[in-house]
Amino acid sequence: MNKPHLVHLKIRRGGPDQPARYEEFPFEFEDGQSVLDALRWIRGNRDASLAVRFSCINANACKECVMRIDGRTGYACTTPLHPGDMLIEPLPNKRLIRDLVTDTLPPDER
Amino acid sequence: MARYLETDVLIIGAGGAGMYAAIAAATAGGEVLLLDKSVIGRSGATIMAQMTVAAAIGEEEPDDWRFHLNDTIAAGRGLVDEPLARILCQSAPERIWQMEEWGIGWARSGNHITQAHAPGHDRNRCVYVDFLSTGPATSRTLRNQCRRHDNIRRISDLTITDLVVRNGRADGAVGLYLETGEPVTIAAKTTIIATGGLTSLYQRNSASANMGGDGFALGLRAGAALIDMEFVQFFPIGHLAPRLIGMDPIMWDPFRYKLGGRLLNGEMEEFTQNYGTAEDGKYVITRDTATYAIYREVEAGRGSPHGGAWLSFEHISEADLRAAFGPVIDRLADNGIDLTKMPIEVSPIAHYHMGGLRVDQTMATDVANLFAAGEAVGGANGANRLSGNAITEAFVFGELAGRSAAEAAANTSLPDVRDAAGPYLAVIEEAGGRPEPDGGTSPTAAIADLQSILQRDVGPFRTGDGLTGALAAIAELAAELPLMATGGAMAFNQQLADWLALRNMLEVARTIATAALARTESRGAHQREDHPGLDEAWTCNQIIRRDNSESGGGITLSRAAVRRLPGPEGAP
Repeated sequence: MNKPHLVHLKIRRGGPDQPARYEEFPFEFEDGQSVLDALRWIRGNRDASLAVRFSCINANACKECVMRIDGRTGYACTTPLHPGDMLIEPLPNKRLIRDLVTDTLPPDER
Repeated sequence: MARYLETDVLIIGAGGAGMYAAIAAATAGGEVLLLDKSVIGRSGATIMAQMTVAAAIGEEEPDDWRFHLNDTIAAGRGLVDEPLARILCQSAPERIWQMEEWGIGWARSGNHITQAHAPGHDRNRCVYVDFLSTGPATSRTLRNQCRRHDNIRRISDLTITDLVVRNGRADGAVGLYLETGEPVTIAAKTTIIATGGLTSLYQRNSASANMGGDGFALGLRAGAALIDMEFVQFFPIGHLAPRLIGMDPIMWDPFRYKLGGRLLNGEMEEFTQNYGTAEDGKYVITRDTATYAIYREVEAGRGSPHGGAWLSFEHISEADLRAAFGPVIDRLADNGIDLTKMPIEVSPIAHYHMGGLRVDQTMATDVANLFAAGEAVGGANGANRLSGNAITEAFVFGELAGRSAAEAAANTSLPDVRDAAGPYLAVIEEAGGRPEPDGGTSPTAAIADLQSILQRDVGPFRTGDGLTGALAAIAELAAELPLMATGGAMAFNQQLADWLALRNMLEVARTIATAALARTESRGAHQREDHPGLDEAWTCNQIIRRDNSESGGGITLSRAAVRRLPGPEGAP
């Protein structure tokens, strides 16, 4: 079996009218687990108020979980966790809704 | 003060069925409002579809819809609503050609559309889009078509919480706009439920996170009847190990369609022949039999390390793997998987719901002005669905429901539901007003609890004791529901969305367990360990209704004769 590793996720929290605030969540993981696995675990076990858009969970079909991971744009569901610190932020070039959710919808679907 | 919207046809759920319904209703001339609790055309089950769509288009070899109908009825183990299945099979070719016209790009070989063989079909009948792209291509095509109609208004992030019913008639709905937390009231001449199935009620499932059976609960509370709720299809060879990210867990189905593969137990021996189906490197075993065989092997101590079976393509050459799946082979390599050198582990996962809202041949439920489409419709697949019929059903039932709802809307005046919406809006307001828990669990954690309960006791193998225990556990969670915290007023409040989802999931879980407990036989996807074998006396459907009176809340179960066609359709 895989030996668990430890990652410290530093997550940017808050809405558009609030100052940026970073919260840290430690998460033990096995090889192959994704950033979205960690974010879903945090919602289920540490803080259900964390806002993160996702739908298909693992298949990279819905493309909803796009965010900024370690300073680069990527999908949470296909980005593997790595031991140490990881910085998780909303997309910088989209209107912030709350936490990791930004306005990524087409303008005519609102 | 809630936002107030008006439309001719309201469509709840924007997967394949909902989008097809929107296009059909808009083409018929109505104003359409198409909603999704997540993102239009991106959430739900359709986009997850990997490969097969069954239709007797006769491109690969001569075929006729009657052959497709015969296979569908045989797969359904005596419970198929035959008039619905007839509509499904007869209209399927027209929809496949319409999708081709709209540019979906069905896979071709030479000058014809390729049709693959899938288990349970008597010939090569299933069209697809390479590579594993049927779902994304379907969603993209239908999204583009929806955009071409000015009379389709689309709204993402809008969760419908209840239908507004007056005098036994569906007059619209109320819901929550997730982005702002604002309540919304909708007046609609007609409404279509296109919310898909209920697979996210189970811990191990192949669906998006939001497939919690919302439409079944909306229908029940509005007074509609549900049929065949005990029949949940488990997909036998869902991916189990090693961890695989960025891929759909049902991806091994297309691999088996194209390459066969060998299913092996923990002792690396073929075993399906001991359960009545020798495979011999081909993919012929039906879903219910494969699920049964894998469970039994695991139970007998002959499972793979993670508790499933091995699936091996080691005998297939690298060149053949690449010819069949091209870029997918690289994505597997990124996950450390080389199929020429290693088998992978698979096990049954919740995949599709045969049951659902009971409709007539126009897709109308028995609540006036309320229709259903796609997987939300029950009956057409009986006790076991044939591979390839799910997307077909989204197209055919979606188109039909859209047309029927637009026709009915043309003869209906726009209702005013401002006053009638009050009690339904109060549910959202009350749920949203509990930032701190009064001692209960969080709804997010409770959903995980419910998924464990259903996986263990309401899964593919059931016992009277297990089901009774599950019903008690479901009732316990339902009692805690009014105390669960929802985070308070905030933008994109998923905790409140989870609470609203759980409210529906508990309602629906109860109907599955109740119907499964009553059916004291084993048939198709419903297997009772304490009642093995099919019992002819149970060749009937079970119908569920909810007591919606003020002191009510209970459900009633009754039996109904299976709807049959007047005579055999016979060969063409």
